[in-house]
Amino acid sequence: MDTCADEREMPSVYHYLRQNKKFPTVWCPGCGIGIVLKAIIRAVADLGLDKDKVAMVSGIGCSGRMAAYVDFNTLHTTHGRALSFATGLKLAKPEMKVIVVMGDGDAMAIGGNHFIHTAARNMDIAAIVINNLTYGLTRGQYSPTTPFGSVAATAPYGSIDQPFDICKTAEAAGATFVARSVVTYVLEAEKFIARAIDKKGFSVVEIMSNCHTYFGRSNQKATALQMMNWLKDITVPASAKAEEKAGKLERGIFVDKELPDYLEHYKEVVRKAQEMREKEIHHDHS
Amino acid sequence: MIQGNEACAEGAVAAGLCFFAGYPITPSTEIAEVLSEKLPVLGRTFIQMEDEIASMAAIIGASIGGCKAMTATSGPGFSLMQENIGFACAAEIPCVVVNVQRMGPSTGQPTSPAQGDLMQARWGTHGDHPIIVLYPSSVKEAFNLTVKAFNFSEKYRTPVILLMDEVVAHMREKVDIPAPDKLEIFERVKPTCQPEEYFPFGDAENGVPPLANFGEGYRFHITGLLHDKMGFPTLRADEILAWYERVFRKINSNLEDILLYEDVMIEDAEYAIIACGISARSARAAVRQARAAGKKLGMVKLLTITPFPDKHINEIASKVKNILVPELNFGQLILDVQRAAKGQCEVNGLNRVDGEIITPGQILERMGLKN
Repeated sequence: MDTCADEREMPSVYHYLRQNKKFPTVWCPGCGIGIVLKAIIRAVADLGLDKDKVAMVSGIGCSGRMAAYVDFNTLHTTHGRALSFATGLKLAKPEMKVIVVMGDGDAMAIGGNHFIHTAARNMDIAAIVINNLTYGLTRGQYSPTTPFGSVAATAPYGSIDQPFDICKTAEAAGATFVARSVVTYVLEAEKFIARAIDKKGFSVVEIMSNCHTYFGRSNQKATALQMMNWLKDITVPASAKAEEKAGKLERGIFVDKELPDYLEHYKEVVRKAQEMREKEIHHDHS
Repeated sequence: MIQGNEACAEGAVAAGLCFFAGYPITPSTEIAEVLSEKLPVLGRTFIQMEDEIASMAAIIGASIGGCKAMTATSGPGFSLMQENIGFACAAEIPCVVVNVQRMGPSTGQPTSPAQGDLMQARWGTHGDHPIIVLYPSSVKEAFNLTVKAFNFSEKYRTPVILLMDEVVAHMREKVDIPAPDKLEIFERVKPTCQPEEYFPFGDAENGVPPLANFGEGYRFHITGLLHDKMGFPTLRADEILAWYERVFRKINSNLEDILLYEDVMIEDAEYAIIACGISARSARAAVRQARAAGKKLGMVKLLTITPFPDKHINEIASKVKNILVPELNFGQLILDVQRAAKGQCEVNGLNRVDGEIITPGQILERMGLKN
């Protein structure tokens, strides 16, 4: 066992956790959200960011509780609106790194409109979407990413909604970095998250996670291990051969492009406005 | 000569507005249009969001970053904003929300005046909470009360609602905009203690704890869940009670500062009118006409409608024969007046809901004071 490696890294993780907040977390034993929390912390540590200059903004649901545990500037907002709160914060404090943590309900259902518009604006925010295919905090109702036919608390006969593809939605709306990983591939997830935080512009990282407690129990994957193995089974690296990809979700980086972010465009608006004002003043005086 | 909506925008800029987020809606849109032109010149931020929910969220986020922030809307948008207004109440985040009222529920009649949102401004978001609601009756007051709205929001760490009437928003009147150094501007109190000693939701002498900006060394948690003095969610009854007691105390123990109203010939009045907004303009004309005819009519123009000046109205009720409450709805302001009057005199309503304003003649007739 590589407990030594684990011990070596502990101080750095502790450094980013709140010492005045009571642990354990609200999450079920074996929940994947804790893995995402650690991946985010390690990404921030890898980037060497100053905690004072990092904000974590979260929505509502199991993932929403993450903000309370980390020693950043943390804002636990209303359901689906985290990106809009984050937009205001980012524009007020452009020097801050703003990380938004959402669930699939936050990002694709109640906050779907904010998601596409924040992407279209290319707001410099890193959006981490923890996709556990269900509404976990309210005990397992079907969500916009629940696979067709899955049983849920509000779909006892199987869900008949077509699931959203978070990454394709983000790409179509204009996000400049889009990637997907699974909680079982921790280092990959960490790498994508670090890239998303570091990169200027709107970045989306979807991390597929296990809610064995609700989604799993209703769909023959009642333990964390069973559901994690299933997530591994239904996903495939983006680099895999076409025949291996059939019927599976891809993991990897789908978009990584450079475009001016909203603030850069807004600086130009300010420049134009001030130039026009100068001309007016000049005109009035002459 | 400027419009009420323009005066509101000017007042906001004068008060130090540095972030506006909004979504177009009649009859408030001129506020956004004026600010979209002015704010960039000053290097401040204007953003048009995808809806009113996002607009309200964005101004809260900007305020947390240290900006004086505002949005402006009308009924349908105001309804959409309610959840996040509640967030600002719970998290005690300063911000200003302008609602230029339209007629009716739903889409209603967007270009007609009505005073139908008084109760929504007070109770629109769910759960018990304190809030401040200001109500101008002229273009000049639109300027002054917008400045006041910012001052109150920063001073008491609360959202402040500025309710406007459509006719005040679109009316053009002369306004002398005061020089910046002649305006009293309140700046947010920030903590001076060490970060580890900072309690963003702790008690303070006036009930208002200092508020640190995000990104400036005080790393803390903000949530819409009921929370302890550090900002962490709590289920403890003693901590929840302490929070509730404090947020109501910070408003209720500062009523002398917050309650704005204007008495007109009330000292010797035998009859009184209590009114706000455009209805107060008609009331003033009615008072003038009644006095010219030797009848002792007085009035109180309310500029703050929430909290309510119970004590003052109670005193008036003890002296006059009757009170009339003219309003462009089926009776909202009258409920507060009746409560404050405690049955000491007759309190009658004059309600108009056909898209026209109440005339001085209608007021005098209703009070039996017409010649």
